[in-house]
Amino acid sequence: MGQLIKHETSGLVADMDQQQYLTFNLGGEVFAIGILAIKEIIEYGNLTEVPMMPDFIRGVINLRGAVVPVVDLAARFGRKGSTVTRRTCIVIIEMEANGERQDVGVIVDAVNEVLEILHQDIEPAPTFGAKIRTDFINGMGKVNGKFVILLNVNRVLSVDEMAALAQVDGGTAEYAAG
Amino acid sequence: MNMDQVLQTFIVESRELLQDMEASLLRIESETEQSESINAIFRAAHTIKGSAGLFGLDDIVAFTHVLESVLDKVRNNELEIVSDLVALFLLCGDHMALLIDHVESRADALDVDKLQAGASLLEKLSIYLAAQPVAAPQSAMAAAHEPRVETTGGGLVDNDNWHISLRFGRDVLRNGMDPLSFFRYLGTLGEIIGITTLVDAIPTAEDMDAESCYLGYEINFKSEADKVVIEGVFEFVRDDCVLHILPPHSRMGDFVQMLSDLPEEDLLLGEMLVRCGTLTRHELAQVLAIQAQDSVSHDDTTGEPQKPLGEIAVAQRMVQPEVVEAALEKQKQVKDSKAKQQQLVRVDAEKLDQLINLIGELVIAGAGVNILARRNGQTALLEAVSTLSRMVEEVRDSALSMRMVQIGETFNRFQRVVRDVSKELGKDIVLSISGAETELDKTVVEKIGDPLTHLVRNSMDHGIENAELRTERGKPAQGTVRLNAYHESGSIVIEVSDDGGGLNAERILAKAIEKGVVAPTQSLTEQEIFKLIFEAGFSTADKVSNISGRGVGMDVVRRNIEALRGTIEITSQYTVGTTMRIRLPLTLAIIDGFLVAVGKSSFVIPLDMVVECVEMSDQDRQALQERNYVNLRNEVLPFIRLRNLFEVEGEAPRRENIVVVQYAGQKAGLVVDGLLGEFQTVIKPLGSLFQHLQGIGGSTILGSGEVALILDVPSLVQKVVQAEMVPTV
Repeated sequence: MGQLIKHETSGLVADMDQQQYLTFNLGGEVFAIGILAIKEIIEYGNLTEVPMMPDFIRGVINLRGAVVPVVDLAARFGRKGSTVTRRTCIVIIEMEANGERQDVGVIVDAVNEVLEILHQDIEPAPTFGAKIRTDFINGMGKVNGKFVILLNVNRVLSVDEMAALAQVDGGTAEYAAG
Repeated sequence: MNMDQVLQTFIVESRELLQDMEASLLRIESETEQSESINAIFRAAHTIKGSAGLFGLDDIVAFTHVLESVLDKVRNNELEIVSDLVALFLLCGDHMALLIDHVESRADALDVDKLQAGASLLEKLSIYLAAQPVAAPQSAMAAAHEPRVETTGGGLVDNDNWHISLRFGRDVLRNGMDPLSFFRYLGTLGEIIGITTLVDAIPTAEDMDAESCYLGYEINFKSEADKVVIEGVFEFVRDDCVLHILPPHSRMGDFVQMLSDLPEEDLLLGEMLVRCGTLTRHELAQVLAIQAQDSVSHDDTTGEPQKPLGEIAVAQRMVQPEVVEAALEKQKQVKDSKAKQQQLVRVDAEKLDQLINLIGELVIAGAGVNILARRNGQTALLEAVSTLSRMVEEVRDSALSMRMVQIGETFNRFQRVVRDVSKELGKDIVLSISGAETELDKTVVEKIGDPLTHLVRNSMDHGIENAELRTERGKPAQGTVRLNAYHESGSIVIEVSDDGGGLNAERILAKAIEKGVVAPTQSLTEQEIFKLIFEAGFSTADKVSNISGRGVGMDVVRRNIEALRGTIEITSQYTVGTTMRIRLPLTLAIIDGFLVAVGKSSFVIPLDMVVECVEMSDQDRQALQERNYVNLRNEVLPFIRLRNLFEVEGEAPRRENIVVVQYAGQKAGLVVDGLLGEFQTVIKPLGSLFQHLQGIGGSTILGSGEVALILDVPSLVQKVVQAEMVPTV
């Protein structure tokens, strides 16, 4: 019985115990993602745009033979899309969608470092004021007296939600094309 | 030997046998020479029974045994093949399939209704068995194989048979082995011509241990199997028995050796050999004589290679040489047919998929090498690379062809469907099949079965009229449903047609308006009206039968076909007939593509759809605002400007090209910036994020490592058509 409960909550426990985060810059702000979800970080380049998709889906790349979609995180937050610079990177994140493994790349302005953020240094997300959807935020980490937004990648990169948005957007693009 | 694996093999083989049996049953009525089919049916039932016995699947054995008894009567011409009997056999086949499914699912007990169905079938079968009581399986075993010694003139041995001498160890029963099951299994490899049981080892009643096995057997066995296979039968008791297997044409010496090896007294054993039909009395006498000689001349060197039995026989004028030759010829034929069987190799579908994936990577890598070689410009290198590319292309084609299967097998399944449904409906309908040799991808074949079943049933139920109406309309009373398949521009087309009543466009439209699917003011083309029958919950049938008419099927059909990237269209003439045309992509893995450039992006158009490329004239470009069509040799060619549709940034180049594509008889133009040539395209799925994206079918990786998108021409055209349909205010 005890085992059962452990099993059910293991996802949450792992999430809470996780103390290592990758921090990165995006539009002047610092964000962080738990390193367990991150597969690799690659240089920006060779991106193929996919037409008739919403702005936040920048296109697809070839990741050693697999075609991986790339999401513009800034555009996903409803801000202006990232501009590509020398330090722009694509962070490949492993997601689970409908029981299938799916890699998703996100564009970030610059990758900083891997940090250890202790449990007690994490504040709950503010109900407003962060200028991004609150369900995207797992918490606010205190690093050197500054706040870092810890992202909930399962929400930010929810394949179902993004696909649904793409469908709506595709519908309007249709008018434009006609 | 892994038991699960063996059981799996049994299940697969039994299903195949049942399929063969069904095919033979469906064929048999129209045949004049029926014995071949009857034998095939009997063999199938018999083999399944035998194998099932080995696994202790008593349900299957019990049921099949009765079926086999009836079949045996048929085989012996005691019963005549009539339609009712065939129908009963077909049902029995279905029941066996059910039982086998049951074994596979490993459920504990059969449903009560299934058991009842089996019981009622058995009852019907037993009518044909007349007064003959239902015997227990083992006694039937013996009955079925009454020693039928095939002797030629002069009372000679049937030399084509194996001889197996078997002494079970004492612990066989304690180890949980059932001696009977080995014979059942043996029976599947061939025919047990004769069997004698040695009971001499059984002690007197008070000394006997009920748990010990004291039995020994001498078996005269007719089979095409080789020694290893026969030995395999006794795999489980190998350590626990004394086994001698003598192949056909054994030398006298071998028998001599065997006799001396076995514990029983030679003379007694010889009697056994005679009784089970391996040796004639005369030959026994010779063997014993040789043995006697041996023991006199070279004591311990028994078993020296000696002349084969047959040769001795000939030398001693016991057999005419022709008889031996005939026997040899017969053996050769058997071997040939066996060799043919071995040309087929069962391969795990997963392994095949893996191979195809690898070849996909190889194609991409090859394209990369090609680009580098061209940049390098060395002639020798270019030549080597082009040879390599050709080889890769061939490897790709043959790998893909491994996944291709003929559609005939799928079509043939419908013989049964048509037969059953026409009986049920009381209509006289025949199925005519053409294009059965058309090949398509295995994964497609697997998924097309259900939609086809729906369409065929629908044609039979709603399409074909009853006999009175047909004669009234001047058609033959017998209705025809036709299945046809052929290749057309990179797709496979499967047609389901009938010579029935056809679709009544007015009635469909009326019904659609009544149901609110269509507004009364809307004007629709005939094609569009026919397409309405694929709407969910739409049925024009006045009464719902248990075959169709609920309006569920056609909706499912459409969705199944769309899931395979296919389309369906209907042509129909009222009172004359209907044709449903399903168009499917040939393969789902690799295609020949035509690479085009729009702005900085590259797109792949399936090459089979490309008809030609023409340059866009300045005149047409200037008129872009007013019209999106050009005059192509006096034909109107509507076109799609990919630059606009895909909202590609930047100025259009000075020259633009139109790629003329053809799909489902329709032509359309795609305006692109540049033509980059042919390209082998390995289709990579885009993933669920792009599942709603219309107009793009997938992606591929170019030699340069960049990703190019594959255009899905039909849905692209459809998208534009939809967009233009939007009323402009």
